[in-house]
Amino acid sequence: MTLLIGALTLGIILSLLALGVYISYRIFDIADITVDGSLTFGAAVASVLLVKHGVNPLWATTAGFMAGALAGTVSGILQTRFYINSLLSGILVMTALYSVNLHVMGRSNIPFLGAATLSTYCEQLGSDLFAGPETNLWGWTVSSADLTMLLFMFALVCFIALLLWGFLRTDIGTAMRASGDNPQMVKALGGNVENYRVFGLAVSNGLVGLAGALWAQYQNFADVQMGIGMVVWGLASVIIGEALTGASGVGIAIIGTIIGSILFRQLVAIALSFGLNPNDLKLITAVFVFAALILPNMMSKLSVRKFQGRA
Amino acid sequence: MSELESQLSVNRALVKLDNVYKTFHSGTVNEVRPMRGINLDIEEGSFVVVLGGNGSGKSTLLNAMAGSFPIDSGRIELDGHDVSKWPEHRRAILIGRVFQNPFSGTAPTMSILDNFSLAAKRGKFRGLSWAHSRHLQDELRDRIRELKMGLEDRLDCAIGSLSGGQRQALTLLMATWLKPRLLLLDEHTAALDPKSADQVIALTDEIIARERLTTLMVTHSMQQAINLGDRIVMMHKGNVLHDYMAAQKKRLRVDDLLSRFENVRRRELLDESAAEILRARYI
Repeated sequence: MTLLIGALTLGIILSLLALGVYISYRIFDIADITVDGSLTFGAAVASVLLVKHGVNPLWATTAGFMAGALAGTVSGILQTRFYINSLLSGILVMTALYSVNLHVMGRSNIPFLGAATLSTYCEQLGSDLFAGPETNLWGWTVSSADLTMLLFMFALVCFIALLLWGFLRTDIGTAMRASGDNPQMVKALGGNVENYRVFGLAVSNGLVGLAGALWAQYQNFADVQMGIGMVVWGLASVIIGEALTGASGVGIAIIGTIIGSILFRQLVAIALSFGLNPNDLKLITAVFVFAALILPNMMSKLSVRKFQGRA
Repeated sequence: MSELESQLSVNRALVKLDNVYKTFHSGTVNEVRPMRGINLDIEEGSFVVVLGGNGSGKSTLLNAMAGSFPIDSGRIELDGHDVSKWPEHRRAILIGRVFQNPFSGTAPTMSILDNFSLAAKRGKFRGLSWAHSRHLQDELRDRIRELKMGLEDRLDCAIGSLSGGQRQALTLLMATWLKPRLLLLDEHTAALDPKSADQVIALTDEIIARERLTTLMVTHSMQQAINLGDRIVMMHKGNVLHDYMAAQKKRLRVDDLLSRFENVRRRELLDESAAEILRARYI
C-alpha cells in the first residue's frame, strides 16, 4: 500500500510535467527538450531557497515555477527572435542549464536534512488530521504523512489543471492554441504568433519547473541529474492519455494527460517491483514512446493495404 | 460636413501604393521580380479585381499589402497610415483576408466557435476574458444560419471536418466579422469545385455590397473579373498593364481581356526571339 501511495503521489506530481509537455508537444507541435533542464532548474532553485535560505516552502515552490518559466522564455526567444530550430534551441538551453543548475546548487546533490519543506508540512498536518503518525485506510495501515502528501498534491494538480483549462479557453489561450494549429490564420487575425509561442513555452516550462520543485520536496533531495530523459517521460504520459480519451477537447486532453502520467508511473512501479533493473527504465520508456509514435502510422498503412487487397 | 466634403471623403484613396519594388531570391538564378515600381490608388468603397497570368505578380501585390513580407522600396499607405514597416499582425487591424487555400484561413482542429472567437478579436487586444461569450454564440448562430449550409447546429464541430467550400464561406465571414477597412481576397475560389465556387462568389458579392467594403480581389478567372466589382487591374510582369475604371469596365467583355493578354504575349514572343537572334549573332 505504501508503494502504491508513493507511485500515485509521484505520478500526480509528474502530471504537471506531462501538462507542460502537452502544451509544447500538442499545442505548438514541437518536441521541447528544454524540459530536461527546466525540471532540474525548478528543483535546484527551490532546494537552495529551502535549505540555504529557509524560505517558506510555498514561496520556494512558486520560485521553482518561475525558474522553469524563465528557461522556457529563453528557449522561446531563441526560436522566434533568432530563428533557431525548436529542437536545437531546446538542446542549447538544456545544455546551458546543466551548468547553471550546478552553479545554483553549488554541488551535484542537495539533501533536505531537517529543512522545512512541503513534506514536513504534510507530516505535521497529517498527524493532526489523522490523529497520529499512522492511520487506517480500508484496512491498510498507512503513514498519515504519505496520505496527506498524496491528498495535497492531488488538490494542487486539480487546481492547476483547472487554471490551465480556463486559461486555454480565454481570448489569449484560444489564440495560442490557434497559433500552433494555423499560424498564418492567427497573423491574418492580428495575433502575434511569436509572442504567443514565447509565452506558451514559458507556461509549459513553468509547469515543468513546478513539477521539479515538488518532486525534490517529495523525495527530500534535489539532484542535478534528475531531469535527464524527463521529456520522453512527459511524451509517454501525453500519448497514453490520448490513447485513453481520444483527445477531442482541451478539457478532456488535460484530464487524459494527468491520468496518463499516473498510469505510466504505476506501470513503472509494478515493473520495478517485479525486478526490472532501474538502469533499463529510460531505455524502456524510449522504446515505449517510439512504439506509440509509429503504431498509428503502421495501423493506417495496414488498413490501406487491406483495402487495396480487397479492391 | 458640406456636400462636397462628404463627397471627397468618400472618394479619397484608401490604399495608396507608391513605386513599390520587391525582388525574391535576389542575385541568384531563381531571381523573380514580382513588383517593379507599382503605383496604385484604391478609392474607398471600390471593389477592385486584379487579373493576371501566373507569375504576373498579382498575388504578391496582395501579400505586400497584407504585410506577408517586407517590400524592398516604395511606400504603402492604408487608411492614412504609412504601413510599409508594419508587421503582418498589426496590419490586420485594418485588413480582412481570405486565402486561396481553404486550409489557410481557419484553424482545423479547433471548433467553428473557437475560430470565430478569434475573428471577433481581429486586431484587438486579447486578454483573459472568456473566448466564448454567450453574445458571440447567439450572433454567430444567426449569421451562420444565413449561409444555409446547415452549420448553425455544429458550432462545436472541428472546422477541419468541413468541406473546402464551407471553410471558405466561414473564412469570408470571419474576415468580415469586424468590418475591415480593406478586404483582400486571394483567388479564394480557385481551389473549390464549380458549385462551391459559385456559392462563395455569391456570398462574397452579397457581403461586400451590404457592408460597402473596399475590396481587392485577385483572380485568374476572366468571367469573375467581368461579373464582379467596379474596376479591373490587369497585371503583367510585376506591373500594372491596364486599369479599367468603372465606366470602361461596364462595356468590357471576356474577349476584350483575352485579346489584351494575347497582344502582350505576342509582343513578348517577338521580343524574346529577337533577343535570341541578337544574342546568337553578337555574343
